Amino acid sequence: MNRAIRRVGYVVVALLLIIVGQLTYLQVIDSSKLANDPRNSRIFLRNFNRPRGKIISADGEVLALSTRTNDEYGYQRTYPQGSLFAHTVGYQSVIIGSAGVERSYDDDLTGRSLANNPLRYPSLLRGGNQVGDVVLSLRADIQRVAKDALAGQRGSVTVIDPSTGAIIAMYTNPSFDPQPLASHNSSAVQKYYSALSADPLNPALPRAYREIYPPGSTFKVVTTSAALATGKATPESVYPPDRSYTAPQTDNAINNFGNKPCGGTLPEAFRQSCNAVFARLGVEMGEEFVPELEGFGFNSAPEIDLSPGAAVSVGPQVGSFKNDKPSFALAGIGQGPVAGTPLQMALVAAAIANKGIIMKPHVGEKVTDREGKVVSRVKPSAWKKATSPEIAATLTEFMLSVVNSGTGTAARIPGIAVAGKTGTAQSPGGPPHAWFIAFAPAEAPRFAISVIIERGGSVGDEATGGRVAAPVAAKVLRALLGVK
Amino acid sequence: MSAVRTPLASQRRNAELGLGVVAILVTVGGYLLLALSSAPALPSDFWFFLAFISSLFFVAHIGVRFLAPNAEPTLLPLVTMLNGLGFVMISRLDLVLPESQRTARTQAVWIAVGIGVCCLVLGLVRNIDALRRYRSIFLALGVGALLLPLLPGLGYEANNARLWIHLGPLNFQPGEAAKVLLVIFFAAYLGDNRELLRAGTRRIGRMFLPAPRHLGPLLLPWAAAILIMVQQKDLGSSLLFFAVFVAMLYMATERAAYVFIGLLLFAAAAFIAYLAFSHVQLRVDIWLDPWKDAQNRGYQLVQSLFALGSGGLSGAGLGLGRPDLIPYASTDFVFSAIGEELGLYGTVSVVIAFLLFVGSGFRIAVQASRPFPKLLAAGLTTIIGIQTFVIVGGVIRLIPLTGVTLPFVSYGGSSLIANFAILALLLRVSDETAIEAHLAAEQAARIDAASAASGATK
Repeated sequence: MNRAIRRVGYVVVALLLIIVGQLTYLQVIDSSKLANDPRNSRIFLRNFNRPRGKIISADGEVLALSTRTNDEYGYQRTYPQGSLFAHTVGYQSVIIGSAGVERSYDDDLTGRSLANNPLRYPSLLRGGNQVGDVVLSLRADIQRVAKDALAGQRGSVTVIDPSTGAIIAMYTNPSFDPQPLASHNSSAVQKYYSALSADPLNPALPRAYREIYPPGSTFKVVTTSAALATGKATPESVYPPDRSYTAPQTDNAINNFGNKPCGGTLPEAFRQSCNAVFARLGVEMGEEFVPELEGFGFNSAPEIDLSPGAAVSVGPQVGSFKNDKPSFALAGIGQGPVAGTPLQMALVAAAIANKGIIMKPHVGEKVTDREGKVVSRVKPSAWKKATSPEIAATLTEFMLSVVNSGTGTAARIPGIAVAGKTGTAQSPGGPPHAWFIAFAPAEAPRFAISVIIERGGSVGDEATGGRVAAPVAAKVLRALLGVK
Repeated sequence: MSAVRTPLASQRRNAELGLGVVAILVTVGGYLLLALSSAPALPSDFWFFLAFISSLFFVAHIGVRFLAPNAEPTLLPLVTMLNGLGFVMISRLDLVLPESQRTARTQAVWIAVGIGVCCLVLGLVRNIDALRRYRSIFLALGVGALLLPLLPGLGYEANNARLWIHLGPLNFQPGEAAKVLLVIFFAAYLGDNRELLRAGTRRIGRMFLPAPRHLGPLLLPWAAAILIMVQQKDLGSSLLFFAVFVAMLYMATERAAYVFIGLLLFAAAAFIAYLAFSHVQLRVDIWLDPWKDAQNRGYQLVQSLFALGSGGLSGAGLGLGRPDLIPYASTDFVFSAIGEELGLYGTVSVVIAFLLFVGSGFRIAVQASRPFPKLLAAGLTTIIGIQTFVIVGGVIRLIPLTGVTLPFVSYGGSSLIANFAILALLLRVSDETAIEAHLAAEQAARIDAASAASGATK
């Protein structure tokens, strides 16, 4: 009998050892897959079943907060400003994950970064809610002005402090209400999310930093800076009043606006935005154009404290000139291979305003604890050197004349020197995009702005940057500068 | 009548005491971690129950000292550890439950009752052979217990299986007791008839089978038990019973043919059950692909796998995971709850505890001198081992999930009492074996001394 008993014993022991094998598979080999499976609600509960800091605008309005609930999550995320900040603040959703500041500052909002800060260990021992409040550089009052100024037209307004990179306003229309995404009812979230995704206007897209458009004539700021830097032009250069320019390797002429003859000195050509002149400069610079426009941030994306981050703004590539000269002509006037985000175009204005240096853009200003003590502060840092202080000063003069007596007169503000550049960017499939980039006051710049109105806005085919976008920028700048 | 104490006794009991203290330290450590992780929400009677649970080991230990002083010393500490771990987990799950649904209190009472039953069985069964003489009574009691839930008015259905009876304010699963009662019967019958069953007089093909006269008393109650359990939709117990029966038949006769026949019968029965019963089909389908319908039919198993995966190697920490997301976390899925908060270290520790228990059980069986205690110890040990495999294998998706308790760990009074009775019987068999070995050695020594003396006088 003993032999049989032993054999049965071996079988039972073997069965239990098989269990150890399967356990090793589940708890070691397959562990992270199971732990991070989107259907495993532990991930969400870990993030939701705890207090979370507020997100506050620079002028003290609460943009996101957590309130106590009685459901299994314990807390409900609330967005009191609805669609006004949706593209920056983002959302925290049980079902579809999180986006915007909610995602990029998650460690601060949940208190993880506070808990890891050795200086704060004494307050950890005191207990209580160790979550961080994130204070943005964005101002709610300016967001509202931007929203009103757009008046329902598709497009966006981006305002940046050129000396720090702090984004003061960034509003995109259409926007969406993030509140339904934060619902704990998964089918309601799914339904709302599918409706958002199916909307042909795509309101969930933060166009200001996630969509690229041809910048049109606003890009002439970059072309001019590049031409001056490479010595292909000087402020004294004079151009014949041509109606158009035809690049080598093509028969397609690039016409001036309205097919009018346009030329004169470089500042005059800039003020009138002569296409033929800047298309020619694009080709004359050739390969040398590429590093210059890359210095302004094209062919890259600024590292911004948002998640997902900014889209890459594009331009002609190194080595492409030899076989594709017409593209460089188009690039000279901000068409063809050039496309940038509205944020990138605000950075172009900021580069001129800040003596050629582009500061790293950021939406967060500081993180505070529940007592209001500052835990950490976003330190301004340089992102790119776009041009020299001298060339920046020259371009400031050029841009001042655009607003004073050129294509951008709609952006004039009494008592304030506004430096700007208009753009009317052709894009297949509809009316042109109306652009305006500017900074003010020109002598001591505090604000750089970019405005884009998609497809001509309410004016359609008749639109120009000066007519449609410049007045929007003026309204926002007036509010910023306290001019009635 | 006082128990016989061999020279082994004090050494074995002191070992038991030392190991038991270690087991209690595990429980206390778990309790303290729990307290640290959730201090504000700690129930006021938390410490009282810790003291209560810890003291129960000493009660059982003193009981064994008096009633079975020569018994195997590892079983009680292992049970104490498994019990304590289960109790910590149940208390932990209580923390997030409303007052009315908390179960740790009841579990503490059941553990106390279980220890009482253990001492009672040790006190009543002073001689293991006495059980053999009453085998027909155990058969009747076992089948009766299985039938009880089918009686109208007394039995009721819960979680899709009719396994429960009301006894006043108490709910009881008599099937748990039936397991033990029927294994006692089988051990007795097989022990008495093993030669007949082994030899085989009827030739079928190349195999010799015993006369139906001898097989009948064995197969009939076994088939009845299986049918009743299938009728009650208790798949786990059917599987367990089938396996234990085949194992006992093989151990009694040492004929591999019974294993082959058993496996064939099992395959046929499983196939028929799969075709005939939708709930069997469902279990198998979920086992094959729980992810297909993870939100509904596969929900329980998927939650269990998530818990185990989230626990990983070292676990979330006691009180820091979310084992409350697993359905039936304190009963069928208690192992997954342990896996989430204590990780692979915790789950493998539990499996090792069962391995040691099963190892001791089979050693007791091998050392026993007569067929009945041998088969009894082996059968009872097989129950614990197979039941562990059935439920753990189920929650880790090794085999289709069938609801049985994890012995000594899961919440549930009927299961605890039955398992403590098993513990008592194993202790009794090992105690008796030690006494017999001691007496045999004494007798041999006496004969030696006598022969030496007679040699000297020559």
